[in-house]
Amino acid sequence: MFSEEKLNKVKEIIARYPAGKQKSALIPVLHLAQEVSGGWLSSETMDYVASLLQITPIEVYEVATFYSMFNLQPVGQYVFEVCQTGPCMLRGSDNIIDYIKKKLDIGVGQTTKDGLFTLKTVECLGACGYAPMMQLGKHYREHLTPEKVDAIIEECRSKAN
Amino acid sequence: MGRKLLFDKAHIEGIRYYDVYRANGGYGSAEKALKSMSPDQVLDEVKKSGLRGRGGAGFPTGMKWSFIAKPEGVPRYLVCNADESEPGTFKDRYLMEFLPHLLIEGLLISSYTLGCNSCYIYIRGEYAWIPDILEEAIADAKKNGWLGKNIQGTGFDLEIYVQRGAGAYICGEETALIESLEGKRGNPRIKPPFPAVKGLWDCPTVVNNVETLATVVPILRIGGEEYAKYGTGKSTGTKLISACGNINKPGVYEIEMNISVEEFIYSDEYCGGIANGKRLKACIPGGSSVPILPANLLLKTAKGEPRMMTYESLADGGFATGTMLGSGGFIVLDEDQCIVKNTLTFARFYHHESCGQCSPCREGTGWMKRVLLNIENGKGKMSDIDLLWDIQRKIEGNTICPLGDAAAWPVAAAIRHFRDEFEWHVLHPEEATKRNYGLAHYADPLEIAAPAAV
Repeated sequence: MFSEEKLNKVKEIIARYPAGKQKSALIPVLHLAQEVSGGWLSSETMDYVASLLQITPIEVYEVATFYSMFNLQPVGQYVFEVCQTGPCMLRGSDNIIDYIKKKLDIGVGQTTKDGLFTLKTVECLGACGYAPMMQLGKHYREHLTPEKVDAIIEECRSKAN
Repeated sequence: MGRKLLFDKAHIEGIRYYDVYRANGGYGSAEKALKSMSPDQVLDEVKKSGLRGRGGAGFPTGMKWSFIAKPEGVPRYLVCNADESEPGTFKDRYLMEFLPHLLIEGLLISSYTLGCNSCYIYIRGEYAWIPDILEEAIADAKKNGWLGKNIQGTGFDLEIYVQRGAGAYICGEETALIESLEGKRGNPRIKPPFPAVKGLWDCPTVVNNVETLATVVPILRIGGEEYAKYGTGKSTGTKLISACGNINKPGVYEIEMNISVEEFIYSDEYCGGIANGKRLKACIPGGSSVPILPANLLLKTAKGEPRMMTYESLADGGFATGTMLGSGGFIVLDEDQCIVKNTLTFARFYHHESCGQCSPCREGTGWMKRVLLNIENGKGKMSDIDLLWDIQRKIEGNTICPLGDAAAWPVAAAIRHFRDEFEWHVLHPEEATKRNYGLAHYADPLEIAAPAAV
């Protein structure tokens, strides 16, 4: 499943820990696996990670199900993860979530029919001073307004085409 | 302008890069420590500085370091806690993004002091772009002889690795963090044994917050005694405060711990006052888990003294009339904010983040969330308020790790100080869904805080 380059990356990660402690690489390797598998982890993908790290599949499942960044169901190409905790709520995150729902015609946890967008609400991402905000891929989009949301949606659509 | 020790050079363009950092005195503290001091001498300076853990607990760092076990032939580890997930807290992110070499220098000095040759930075998974910044800085430090083998010819070796988490607040708890670093679920361990004896891979381990470790650099630069002259009493030095909510200038500020809360909120040097000309209603000064205070108790203690930005002054009056400095996540609420709604978002947060090991926390956090949701939606009963009080009391102190307490305190404090607003929600369900209660009439905190007969 992994390319030569990714396999080398896995080796490099395992080398950070003492001999025999390769299980420590599990979370970093699951991030890599999710990246190359369309943003989610199927049980086949998790089994592959288990074989790479020479641990049992159950050790992978119990970790993948614990951490909220691992998606166990398919997601859209772009996942809007909008923060809804106190500090973002104080700055109007509820309105942003409502706006995205209307704009994309989906509910929280749903994906648009074209498979382009998924909307998720998440708990505090540590950007409270720049609220409201969301995570999009590797980066944060902060100080959100309806206009900014429009621009982000356009940006994603143009990149996807 | 308040004196700065961490951000004194933050304005210099390019300070995040090695050459600029070094040209402005960077790695000077590390040079001094590694070349002219023994580990015990460095430890002594940290003890003299009075530095207290900046992650939230405020435990004296020097003392924590002195607990590390030193069995022969067993490696020791330093773990930098960059899991920063307490709502309202975003200071470590700033340090890592803009001053990565300050952190690396702090890690180097701390590892030398503790006798660690491997150090792990455990960073929350959502800060996905920061590991690249840190890894670039680590590579540059290594190229210039500050990491790797035989650092600056002193014979000391150190490697620093960056490890990403994957979205779990609980991994900021040190034993959960260690579990996660071992590739497991973030379930906190029962203590003792403490990590200082049995930590990462069962080896002696020290886990410190990013800001704590970065602060070691100015301590070595000016000396522990000089550092202790900054601040007030046992709150020595400076503290990073991440300010957010309804203020004019949200952001990360370095304060000397000798200014008042009033100055911090209203002066142009810091928050610049409440946004949109509104009035201050309440504040959670140390991250979501510390007790919320209404404006009257925030600016002045129950004794009528000005409330200061120190560990002691913020805690003055205990939980009845005080709060905590915590992680420095300073959340400000204006008069238009709803205390019930705010408390509900925190209850939801802690329910989402409970690891599920201990039933009081696993069940209690969800129960509090559901009761609060009912009140918020106009379906609450008067008895629900007492029920909430009862649930939080049964969580507090009954769990393996402090997440239970962290979930209980915001609910307790909201009822303690804003009971009138909860009652208004119950009595006026229609109105409560349309408008906010406004400024509090303030419950009598001492009366409410008296423990109910058990």
